[in-house]
Order: sequence, then C-alpha cells, then structure tokens
Amino acid sequence: MSIAAAIGDTIEDEPKPPPPSTNKGRKFTAYLLMLPGMLWLAIFFVIPLVALFMTSLQTPVPGGEVGQFQQTFSFSNYAETLTDDTYYIPLIRSFIYSGIATILALLIGYPLAYAIAFKGGKYRNLLLVMVIAPFFVSFILRTIAWRQILADEGPVVAVLRVIGVVGETGGIYPSAFAVIMGLTYNFLPFMTLPIYASLERVDPKLIEASGDLYAKPMTGFFKVTFPLSLPGVVAGTLLTFIPAAGDYVNAALLGRPSNTMIGNRIEYTFLSVNDYPTAAVLSFILMATILIMVLIYIRRVGTEDLV
Amino acid sequence: MAKKTDITKAEGDLYLENLTKSFGDFTAVDDLSLQVPQGSFFALLGPSGCGKTTTLRMVSGLEDPTAGRIRIGDADITHEKPYKRPVNTVFQNYALFPHMTIWDNVAFGLKRRGIKDVKKQVDDALELIQLTQVAQRKPTQLSGGQQQRVALARAIVNRPAVLLLDEPLGALDLKLRRQMQLELKRIQTEVGLTFIHVTHDQEEAMTMADTVAVMNNGIIEQMGAPTQLYESPDTAFVANFLGQSNLFPATVVEVDGEDLVLEDPDGSFRMPKSRMGRNVSTDRGARVLVGVRPEKINIAALDAAAAGPADGNFVDGVVEATSFLGVSTQYEVRTPGGEIINVFAQNLDSQDLLPVASQVRLTWKPIHGFVLDGRQDIEAGVEIDPDALVVS
Repeated sequence: MSIAAAIGDTIEDEPKPPPPSTNKGRKFTAYLLMLPGMLWLAIFFVIPLVALFMTSLQTPVPGGEVGQFQQTFSFSNYAETLTDDTYYIPLIRSFIYSGIATILALLIGYPLAYAIAFKGGKYRNLLLVMVIAPFFVSFILRTIAWRQILADEGPVVAVLRVIGVVGETGGIYPSAFAVIMGLTYNFLPFMTLPIYASLERVDPKLIEASGDLYAKPMTGFFKVTFPLSLPGVVAGTLLTFIPAAGDYVNAALLGRPSNTMIGNRIEYTFLSVNDYPTAAVLSFILMATILIMVLIYIRRVGTEDLV
Repeated sequence: MAKKTDITKAEGDLYLENLTKSFGDFTAVDDLSLQVPQGSFFALLGPSGCGKTTTLRMVSGLEDPTAGRIRIGDADITHEKPYKRPVNTVFQNYALFPHMTIWDNVAFGLKRRGIKDVKKQVDDALELIQLTQVAQRKPTQLSGGQQQRVALARAIVNRPAVLLLDEPLGALDLKLRRQMQLELKRIQTEVGLTFIHVTHDQEEAMTMADTVAVMNNGIIEQMGAPTQLYESPDTAFVANFLGQSNLFPATVVEVDGEDLVLEDPDGSFRMPKSRMGRNVSTDRGARVLVGVRPEKINIAALDAAAAGPADGNFVDGVVEATSFLGVSTQYEVRTPGGEIINVFAQNLDSQDLLPVASQVRLTWKPIHGFVLDGRQDIEAGVEIDPDALVVS
C-alpha cells in the first residue's frame, strides 16, 4: 500500500467518529442542565405527591389516639369525603368565588393592560411597575389592609351608606363580597401582565387594516385585537383561577365561617382535627378538579390554533 | 356638504384640494392638490419621507388632514371615519389577520358591511389572484408573493371607489416584484378600479401607472404620463429621480425665433423653446440647466465623425471610463470644459466599442434635450438608489 493511499484512508476514516461523540456530548450536556430541576421536582414534588396520595388512603388505627393512622388502601375515603356536605360545599364555594374573582380580574385587568399597551406611550414602563408594585408588600399584609378598607368605619362603606346601597348599620366586611374582592385584588397582576404581553405584540397595522375594511372600532376589537390577545387571556385566567381556588388567606381574613373555602377546610382538617387522610383526599380532589377544568377550558378556547 | 348616507357608496374621480398635513413643526404634505380620474392607475412616486405615504393615509382616513379637502366625486370624505370610506388599502407588509384563514381574510370587509352571501364574491376574488387552492390556509403558511396577492384580493373584493397600495411590492425580491407588477396591472385593467400606488421605485411607477406624480418634500414636483415625465422633466429633481440625466449649467445668450441660443464652457448651442421646463428665464445671461438622457446621445470616434452632423448639437471629449452592460455600453466622457457626460450606446456591433482615452464626438438632437431653470440644485434627486431605500 502506497503512502498516499494510507493517508487517503486515514483522512477518509477520521471524520466519521466525531459526529456521534459530539452528539452524545450535547445530549449529556442537556441532561446535565436538566438535572438540578429534575432532582428538585423529584424530591419536593413527586415524592410528597406520592406520600400525600398514600396518606389519603389511610384509615384510623382501631382504638388508637387522635391522629394515629395506619396505611391501608381505603379508596372509600374519597367517596365518603365527596358525599359529606361539610367538605363538598366549601369545594363548590371555592370554585364559585375564584370563578367570580377571575371574571372580575379579567374585566379590570384587560382594559388596564389594553390601556398600557396602546395608550401608555412613554409611561408604559412606569405603569407596568405600578401594576407589580403591590408585590413589594407581603400578601398577608395587603389582605389585612383590605379589612381596613372594607371595615364599617372605612371609606367604601361610608360611600355605600350615602348612596343607600348599604343600610345605616350595614357593612360589607366580613362577607363573601369581601373575600371575592380580596381574591380579585391579590391576583389582578397575574391577569394583567400576560394580557399586556399578548396585546403588546399585536401589530397596530392589523387594527388599522380592520378599520380600513369597514370594521367599526368595537367590531375591530372583537374580531381582531381580542382574538390575537387570547393566549394572554388564557394564561391570565389560569394564573388567577388556579391559585385563587386553592387560596385560604382571603377567606380566613375577610370572610365569615360561612364563607370558608376548600383551602380553609383542608387547613382545619389537617391542623385542628388532625384527620390527615381526609385533608389529603381534599387536596387530591381539589387538584384533580382544577386539572380537569383547565383541560376543558384550554380545549374549548383552542389556543394551539393561535399564532 | 354631501349627504352622509351616500359616502360609503360614493364614486367618481378622487380630488385632493390644498391638502396639508403637519406633524408639529414638520410639514409632511404641503398644500397638495390633484385629481385622479376614476378607473385610472395613478402612482405617487418619491423618495422616503417625501410625504407620499402620509398623503395615502389621509385618503384612507388613518391620518386627519391639517387643512384642505378630500373628495370622491361629490362626496366630501375629508374627516370621515376610515370604516365609512369607500376606500381600501393594500398595506406595505400586507397586515393579513394571522388568526383567520385566507378565505376569512378576504371575506372580512364584505361581512363587516353586512353583505349576506359573500361566498361567490370571495371565491371570485381568490380566483382573480389564482389562489383558490390555499383558501383554508393561514397567512403564515403562504409565501411573501402569495400573501401580497391575498392582501390585494382582500381589498379588491370590496370594489372600493379608490384602492390604495402602499409600497405593495416593497417586501418582495426583484424577480417576484417584476412579475407582480404585470399581475397588478392585469388585475387593475380587469376590475377597472381606481388604483393609487405609492412607491419609491421609479421603474415600478413607470411600468404600471397611467399617470405618475413625482413627490418631493411634501409637494408634487411634476405630474403626467410616464413618457411625458421621462422625456420632458420640469425640474432637476424629476430629471434625476426618473432614470438618469446629464445635466450641465449654461447661460442664455439670446432668443432666436423658436430657438434658445445657449452658451457653456464647451461653446454655444441651440435648444428649441418648446423643450423648456417650468420657470425657465429666457433673459440674456439667465442661468439654465441643459439636460439630455444618456441613451439619446450618439457617440462616435472623432475621426469617423469629423464631418459632423448637419443638424444637432455636439461636443468633443475623451472617454474616461466604460462599462459593458450587455445590452448596452456605458461611457463616461469628459469634455474640454470639464463636464462628465454619461452615454449609453446600444451594442449593435461589439466591434464598435470605444476604448478608454479615445477621442470621441457626442451628438444629440436638440429636440431630445430639455432646458430647466438654473436656480435649482443640479444634484436634486440624484443618488437615491431605490433598492437601498426598501423599508422593512
């Protein structure tokens, strides 16, 4: 074999090995990058979830003390909880409250986001900071502040009394109304920001085009601007509805016992009654219901069709 | 004042009367008046920032004029809402609704006007642009040229009294642009609507339009048929912006019958008075600019041309540079007076090519030249490369 041929061979052979190895290297890097997140999720989400599920199937130790349970596979825990009105009523109430709060947040947040995106001009960033500003104060503190705002001696009641919406001695705190107000207020930024992000990307030329094609401003909004902002609306409603449904701070601070939400129920069952399996069952039911509702919602709105 | 109810159905010629638009201190459109006959293909041509797009936006209702009037036939639409005007626009980057199918995009205008049975009209419009097969696709699934045609169909389907095209071909590559120019012209002829086409591309304007208005600094420099603008420009800007011109300064010696006797560093020569542009002074000593298009000049080696033509102006010079362009050869000739004159010579016989440093004689018929007012910038409208100005 000549030298040239020998060199030729090596030249031909050499390029082959590297690609798979770099490919492998890249995959390895990807796994490495995912590792911390995966570990975190495994330790703090998957394992507790499994543990919670196991707890939900436990039964009391016969003749044992309060809070003593043994591992069984008592799926009837679910049926018993779901048919007990001290549990399913707060569950339904939670969805009604958070549903109303989500709609209110949408009605307030959408125009706000629209105004910032299209009319904000040079004040856009300032306005956005103002939307986020409340987060600099603790969630609990802000909710307690609403007690003052809605208190019988507070400004809101004073106005309502003058215009006769509330009687001379009537009030609005504590009440379901106050709870819903609290939820709406606390989750409003989660509604506003994603909608703003969507609206900001809508090309103003498209709105001009709709006007040029005989759409009145309102029609143009509902046919063009709103559909194009749907991804933001979907994200905003989910970010509001999901945490609001599981929230217990607002009901605890702004509501009466008759306004308890499922979060309060879970807390009470777990910490005060020490009925861990029932608390776990409630948590799972809450999670499953939200998951189903979200799936139906996303399917109906059909976000995957949007650009 | 026209009756309100008539506006959406107004038709007739489009009139812009003393139209002015200012943005703060800046006057984008300055006292502009023009008439666009119904059914014509009208081009507003000018460099970017000349006010052509602002003019268009005032017609569509997207800008409110500072002063002046806009009429379609007898209907005054000056301050009418965009959605009430019988005017549609083909936007520069098409502005197709991304969440709707092509079919729904085209049907949009008809539906907004409350027309019940839109199917036939939409299908016809899609057929006109030969895109029936993509009716159910979304705009992002189409190529640039296809999107362009959809934007056109979406506007045309409404049969507006005036169709506005805002640099409609600006985003397409050169080959596609040429193709679409012919297509646009075909469609305009077929539907017979008034088209107002805004562009910075002089070739595009000349290819398609019946009438071209050359705009600069918010005013119309000159308006007319493409051949008229090209052959008889009124101003240095028009002469330079539309094609190329050799412009050189000269002074008036006298008026002799139908001719103007002029003088420049290379000698004296005659130009017919009928070839004068706007505001040319014929007083003795008045400064003028003489222009002649490079392709209208005949170039020949000096010895061969020594006899000299009986009629016509001539100047002798030296070839400084040549570039062979295939269909023609471009020569740069320096005259004894120091002028550089560009000449395009058709390549009838490649053996005739004249080498650099040849002594040559340039001749042209006076009737092929033109005389402009000498008090304007000789460089106006030069070096504006249309393709360098394509806006994103």
